[in-house]
Amino acid sequence: MILLSLLVATAVAIILLRDLFAAVMLSGIFSLLSAGLFVVMDAVDVAFTEAAVGAGIATVLMLGTLTQTSTRERPAPRLDWSALVVVVLTGTALVIGTLDMPAYGDPTAPIHQHVAPAYIAQNVGKQSGRSETDDDDFQGHVPNMVTAILASYRGYDTLGELAVIFTAGVGVMLLLSGLPPTAGDTPETNPAESEAGVDA
Amino acid sequence: MKKHSILRVVAKILIPFVLLFALYVQFHGDFGPGGGFQAGVIFAAGIILYTLVFGLDTAREVCPKRVLECLVAGGLLLYGLVGTLGILLGDRFLDYSVLADHSGQHIGILLVELGVGVTVAAVVVSIFFVFVDRGRH
Repeated sequence: MILLSLLVATAVAIILLRDLFAAVMLSGIFSLLSAGLFVVMDAVDVAFTEAAVGAGIATVLMLGTLTQTSTRERPAPRLDWSALVVVVLTGTALVIGTLDMPAYGDPTAPIHQHVAPAYIAQNVGKQSGRSETDDDDFQGHVPNMVTAILASYRGYDTLGELAVIFTAGVGVMLLLSGLPPTAGDTPETNPAESEAGVDA
Repeated sequence: MKKHSILRVVAKILIPFVLLFALYVQFHGDFGPGGGFQAGVIFAAGIILYTLVFGLDTAREVCPKRVLECLVAGGLLLYGLVGTLGILLGDRFLDYSVLADHSGQHIGILLVELGVGVTVAAVVVSIFFVFVDRGRH
């Protein structure tokens, strides 16, 4: 509850601030608070990611962007009433939607009844002919079930996510370093190599 | 920031631990919280700290552009190859059980997470480098 109210306070401060540097710092704090919230909810893997990516890398990248733009936000134009109505309606609909949800941590909630027990037992797709002995570590299974689900049961998903990261990285590199060559960015001395790079 | 000796010394002390912690998160991901994605980001954070303190040119010597580019693709390739290995050994794509008798799943997950970590670290460092490079001019 304390964490949640701190989150709301940080969000309001980010909206009200006109100084973008402070807003970036506050968004880092926002991520750190969410990470704390995830730890309280026993989702340590998600908290880990949120702390590393949200509070760490994202803040650094936004600071890098700030060095190339202005650090002051332009004064907002007059209040847009249609946007306010849309936001309030969406928020109300979302809150009404949560009223039907089972209580947090309720063991009889549908999400705990469907495939989750099989994942926890780690016997999805286990082949019947293959005997599991006790002497190998964890019967060949992985004690952290988040890792087991992400890397094994949902291997296709993770492969796709990795492809997304790869594509994003290549895209950013092409966009930003494909600009007119600068003094610091001298091409490779080997002409054949740079020609091959152009062809590719 | 090269002239701030306190920052330089503290960063020098801190960076090995950051990198070591990243490796711990990477290879301990199947026992405790963590995994390739988090490890890659932490590893990249170590290198970013190095870049912030010692400058882009020094960091470029540590991680040359060509090596980074190879790593970006290499991690994804490693993931795909481990998946294909499952087919070659007579099972399904991305089914690691055939890689070894009992701990096949374990080995598969370790290799796949390594691929994730390598690609994520290389992508984050590369993106940071091009951002800094653009900011200088």
